Amino acid sequence: MSSTAHGHAASVGNGHDAPAGHHHNPGFIEKYLWSTDHKMIGFQYLFTGMAMALIGGFTVYAFRMQIAFPGMSIPGYGRVTAGDYNALVTTHGTVMIFWVAMPVLIAALGNYLIPLMIGCDDMVFPRLNRLSYQIFLVSALVLISSFFVEGGAFGGAWTSYPPLSSKSQYNLTGVGSTLWVVAVALEFVAFLLGGINFVTTVMNSRAPGMKLWDVPIVVWMIVLASILFMASVGPLVAGAVMLIFDQNFHTGFFDPVKGGDPVLWQHLFWFFGHPEVYVVLLPAMGIVAEVITVFSRKRLFAQRTVIMTAIAVGIISFFVWAHHQFVAGIDPRMANVFSVTTLIISIPVAEMVFVYIGTLYGGSIRLTTPMLWALAFIAEFLLGGVTGIFLGASGADIYFHDTYFVLAHFHYTFFPIAFIAVFAAITHWFPKMFGRTLNETFGKVHFWGTVIPFNCIFIPLFVLGVRGDHRRIYDYRHFPDSMQAGMQDLRVFATLSLVVLLAFQVVFLVNFFYSMFKGPKAPANPWHANTLEWAAPSPPPHGNFPEGLPTVYRGPYEYSHPDRKEDYWPQHIAPEGA
Amino acid sequence: MTQWLRELLFLPERASTFADRVDALHYQVFLTTMGVWAVITLVMGYFFVRFRRKRVEQSTEPFHPPLSMEVFFVAVPLVVFLGWFTIGFRDFTWYRNPPPDAIDVYATGKKWMWKFTYPEGPNAIDTLHVPVGRPVRVLITSRDVIHSFFVPAFRVKQDAIPGRYTETWFIATRTGVFDVFCAEYCGLSHSRMLGKVVVMPVEEFEDWRAAEREQSFAARLDADPTRDEARATLVTQGERLALEKGCGRCHTVDGTPHLGPTWRGLYRSMQTLTTGENVVADEAYLTRSMMNPGAQKVAGYFTDMPSYFGLLTNAEAAALVEYIKSLKGEEPAPGAMR
Repeated sequence: MSSTAHGHAASVGNGHDAPAGHHHNPGFIEKYLWSTDHKMIGFQYLFTGMAMALIGGFTVYAFRMQIAFPGMSIPGYGRVTAGDYNALVTTHGTVMIFWVAMPVLIAALGNYLIPLMIGCDDMVFPRLNRLSYQIFLVSALVLISSFFVEGGAFGGAWTSYPPLSSKSQYNLTGVGSTLWVVAVALEFVAFLLGGINFVTTVMNSRAPGMKLWDVPIVVWMIVLASILFMASVGPLVAGAVMLIFDQNFHTGFFDPVKGGDPVLWQHLFWFFGHPEVYVVLLPAMGIVAEVITVFSRKRLFAQRTVIMTAIAVGIISFFVWAHHQFVAGIDPRMANVFSVTTLIISIPVAEMVFVYIGTLYGGSIRLTTPMLWALAFIAEFLLGGVTGIFLGASGADIYFHDTYFVLAHFHYTFFPIAFIAVFAAITHWFPKMFGRTLNETFGKVHFWGTVIPFNCIFIPLFVLGVRGDHRRIYDYRHFPDSMQAGMQDLRVFATLSLVVLLAFQVVFLVNFFYSMFKGPKAPANPWHANTLEWAAPSPPPHGNFPEGLPTVYRGPYEYSHPDRKEDYWPQHIAPEGA
Repeated sequence: MTQWLRELLFLPERASTFADRVDALHYQVFLTTMGVWAVITLVMGYFFVRFRRKRVEQSTEPFHPPLSMEVFFVAVPLVVFLGWFTIGFRDFTWYRNPPPDAIDVYATGKKWMWKFTYPEGPNAIDTLHVPVGRPVRVLITSRDVIHSFFVPAFRVKQDAIPGRYTETWFIATRTGVFDVFCAEYCGLSHSRMLGKVVVMPVEEFEDWRAAEREQSFAARLDADPTRDEARATLVTQGERLALEKGCGRCHTVDGTPHLGPTWRGLYRSMQTLTTGENVVADEAYLTRSMMNPGAQKVAGYFTDMPSYFGLLTNAEAAALVEYIKSLKGEEPAPGAMR
């Protein structure tokens, strides 16, 4: 196994001894759609993820407008019916988690960064990698196609609880619900292939001299996240197959009339669903570690602690899932276990946050756009984390469960993960990815235009949740007590803040695409960073390191070493006198 | 103090003993976490300002954290979190163990309403009447998809799951009318599912329940002297109907076969049909055999039974089925033949 992997990597490596890109003149399709180059596959995932984020953003725009201005014809959508509303809510949740957070954080960044950061020329299984993206693309198309079938897109919420999701007389979207399950299952297959590739590559293809502790935190995190994903996804894939059978072949896995149990799905779903939170959190934490060390010119406060806590998070994350079912009637003794693990898992995460803040201490902090994003991630994610404590204490969860408090809580974790950390990553690695520089002013405008409206959306939703607003309500006018003075105003304020947030993303898109083609050319190492990707030219050619694969002499965070005149010491620079 | 905090934190009105516990935990967690969050963010902000880069290539002092610092940052949150776990779990256990003297009410969620039933009657759609100051246990299930019984003022919530019963309980602390929401997304008209819980003084509740029971349909039938048969049980009604309709010309009730199968022991027995198929003579089969006798005919009988479709009302058919059900299988009386 490992010998074939090495053999393959070596043969690809030999092919690139010639100057990059000259061995072969690929056509458009071969270069952009049929490529086995890890960077191109990373871009494919990134751009697909961005396109899906537009869908996720549009759906949330449509249904939030309906909540704020019920019954009004929404500009760009029209009148939202109750059925539309359910489909929009479902699609928003599904798309943002499975087709935005996952592909961008794990697949796009993992594919782009892993080979560059561990100093090799490509993934160990490049064709598997290509297949992974192709399956992912098919899954996205299947999901989108569900909008155009009879009955429309699935309207059973992203958690897809049966019997609502398993019977078309309940969800009224028979074809859409099956397409939804098929799309999710396909997408998992894609990430399984990607995960195998990531783990194998990091185990086998690290640059000479690179010990495991010399692997940058973000690579550690993506690999741990992949392992976590692969270990947790099996039960859900099995559950998805059972759900497809219940929907189409009238089996009764989740049907109490036929001896099944609807709560079984909840266990299968959350056994995956909660580790999933950490699957996307860990890469985000890794991005922040990279950005913070580079822009505070400091060693990471406690590198090994971060890795150890990440491993701890991964293990504990398998024992928290039933906290989603505190009100589903589970035995109090079982709730006991899950409540204590839920509270304990916050500790390693809090520890990471402390390490990052400790890294700032005594630093030489540069106020760049990626650094702003990284710091905002810590502040916002912390708020998401501590509001989780309210829910972990099982007594209080009885009240907060299924209210807007939960919704605001997980958006305070997911938005920092899927957007704030991703913007930190994109602004940080953009010069490497495209060989050009993003505009800093536009970047900062976009930063403030995103972070301020984000808080303006979700703080009101916290208030509404505490006030007792339950979730997935199409029209609050049906509940006189939910329309008391001020409550609708908060909903309108949150919605308008969302519109502002969405509008500011145009600034990002303009900056991104303009700079991609017309931005000032970037040097190979604009941030004076240590990790190996900055040793490659910007953008790296096919094969990554035209001057030969690097050798590693030290850890990734040797900033401001007392023996050096410069305040950074790249991993691949041989020690003087060696 | 707590009233002031409640309003400051936007919690809704409080009307149960459990609500007091939830809110007390909420205040603790809220004040502590937000305090800690503010401190951490301020420290980060301070570092951010204090350690801003002043000149290019400004190098930094290396700093190695002592182990005690890491231990401190693990131990303090651990102790605090476990403290909250203890409180939260104490309340959760309390919440999941209703006192034995609680009044039982059944709540059935169905798209998109709540049906509340007291064991001795009455029942009601969407309105639950409970006495103040007395424990009330709600046994919850669902007719179709998963719903969730949620009374914000009581801070209670429990999923309604088809095929099983879950329970919640509360002691209402004041009279009034409060919302019952369905907190679990349940399909197209989830946002139209709204019930009320009416908390009444105990005597008023007892009077109300007694009056409702008197007014119930069954009670009215029983009380009507002109409708003698209505007072009878379904079984005796069925027995009389069998006489009136002449069922006994073909069916015996003592276990001996006649022109048709005997009714004694028929219910839930396995019967072989003329097609060779086996069926269980359950309520559905018995009803079908009255309305369309030729469809699933028991083997061995040659006379064709006439259809009673249109000749029996639904209630009459049900009474006959109940009568047949009451005829449990026994040895046939010797020589008995009608």
